[in-house]
Amino acid sequence: MGVLPEQIEELLGSVLVSELTVLDPEGGLVTHPLIPFYDGELIYLTSSVLFSKKLEHIKANPKVSLSISDPVAVTAEPFHRATIQGDARVDDSDLHAGWERVLPLWRAKEPAIDFFLGKRVALPLFFERAVIEIVPRRAFLWEDGRTDRAPQVFELAGVAV
Amino acid sequence: MKPSPELLAGLGERFEHAVIAFVDDDGYPLSVATEFRADPERGVVTLRAVAGDEVQPPEDERVNVVFSHIRPQPGIGYDERRYVSLWGKLHRADGELVLSPERVLGWDEEEMPFFELNERGVPQARRYFEALSAETGREVKPKLARGWLFLRTTRLPFLTATFVPVLLGIAIAAYRHGFNWWVALLTVVGGASIHLGINVFNDVFDTSSGADAANVNPTQFSGGSRVIHYGLVGMRSMALLGTGFYIVGIGIGVLLAALRGWELLWVGVAGALIGVFYTAPPLRLVHRGLGEIAVAVGFGPIMALGAYFVQARHYALEPLLASLPVAILIALILYVNEIPDRPADAVAGKRTLPVRFSKDTVVRGYDAAVLLTFALIAVFAVTGLTARPTLLALLAAPLALPVRRALREAYDQPYALMPAMGKNIQLHLVTGVLLVVGYAIAIVADHALSNPPFFLS
Repeated sequence: MGVLPEQIEELLGSVLVSELTVLDPEGGLVTHPLIPFYDGELIYLTSSVLFSKKLEHIKANPKVSLSISDPVAVTAEPFHRATIQGDARVDDSDLHAGWERVLPLWRAKEPAIDFFLGKRVALPLFFERAVIEIVPRRAFLWEDGRTDRAPQVFELAGVAV
Repeated sequence: MKPSPELLAGLGERFEHAVIAFVDDDGYPLSVATEFRADPERGVVTLRAVAGDEVQPPEDERVNVVFSHIRPQPGIGYDERRYVSLWGKLHRADGELVLSPERVLGWDEEEMPFFELNERGVPQARRYFEALSAETGREVKPKLARGWLFLRTTRLPFLTATFVPVLLGIAIAAYRHGFNWWVALLTVVGGASIHLGINVFNDVFDTSSGADAANVNPTQFSGGSRVIHYGLVGMRSMALLGTGFYIVGIGIGVLLAALRGWELLWVGVAGALIGVFYTAPPLRLVHRGLGEIAVAVGFGPIMALGAYFVQARHYALEPLLASLPVAILIALILYVNEIPDRPADAVAGKRTLPVRFSKDTVVRGYDAAVLLTFALIAVFAVTGLTARPTLLALLAAPLALPVRRALREAYDQPYALMPAMGKNIQLHLVTGVLLVVGYAIAIVADHALSNPPFFLS
């Protein structure tokens, strides 16, 4: 049992692609499709330095939201939709190997990552990666994915360490 | 950039749902999924209203609407990655939300391969490393394990281009005169050092000229090592490494010349000059459409004649003739590998043959060169100008067929061409090895039989 409602944890455990929304320096919204991971406390995403604008944005403004919206990308049943708002932190202290701490979670969802990692010599910058850690603050759950019905709202501030 | 009517028209087919992102009262982004339909004629996207006071997108404020799609592949991961991100203001009409998009971004891996997407991100990666270095007060650089970095920096696997003509020259000398193993070893090491020096300096000049930065479609066979462009190795280190290889190669060349005959310097100097001025100013042979000829001469007759000379102590016609098929095939490796590089080469002013000529001309040129290669092998062997068992090399000819097919069908698809590039390298290697094997058979026959039959000599 983690800090998020069970139904949302199940979604996070199986979803292959979520939408991470960050704020740019002008307050504009920028959304990135990314594979999320969850360890019961924090939500993790990783980003290559090749696509690192989002990291700069998070460093300037840590407020983010993560949406799980695509029924095709979720194997958990029954399908629900969820959005998690939170405060994100960028760990880029070791771009070369630091992100490998989430590799077991990544491998569980995308086994092919080991094949690509074996080709690291061909994609050296793709595997220079930062980890984005999200502390959940508030979560919204739409049962059966029905956003034409009001969501359940969960206040989580102070739950995660 | 505003989304085109075509892009809006395709949204319904390419995506199943939309996600509206906006900023809530606490200053956090908030995103909510909904159904949508696009109206390309009006230039709008209509989104089904969502329920719940806490998740109501604002009217007349800029929101971000994202459409994302993947196809899960159980046990592997996923493919068919694509997304479209629209920015604009929402207004309500007939109980629905209407987005008037002002700006669009997106990616579809069927339209832009993942590798190209990566290449387009390199400038951002370099900016991030610079900013992180300034932030932490220490230099932050990308890394690769030393072995992999050396392999990538030197493009070590391409050494087959050196081994084939050198071994051919040695084999011909061994058949006609005799064999000195330590001279052969020094020849291989010296030739390989010069080749690695050429590879490294080629990257130095390609980075300096802007060719690396302009090329967003490199493959494992084309586009150079890119280690400077990626920030893996500094320009100075590369220049030092290249110089080191040249010093070793030239040193061995001078030693062999002193021991075996100063006439070796004719081909040694010619080879070194071709190597240096392949990409270096003022000649920049590859920029003038002379790259294929330079490579053919350097990795054909020059290597074979040099290797023959240090064994036999004189020049001869046979290694020159025997190396011509190898020379044509090595030039064809460059020729095919330049096809995906041609937009970047054109920008950097490299007037390679694929830059200069149309697809039809380039493809016909390939066919003609392959035909000439195997015709030369047959004519030289049948007439006895080369050892007759070298006819074996004709067995390699079918390897050219998939290359021909790919050139016709995937000329403008860099990543679809990659298997053909690999096959084309095999064509050179297998043909060269079979030519050497042909001479080995002739040597064995010569030693084993007092009067070998004509087809074994």
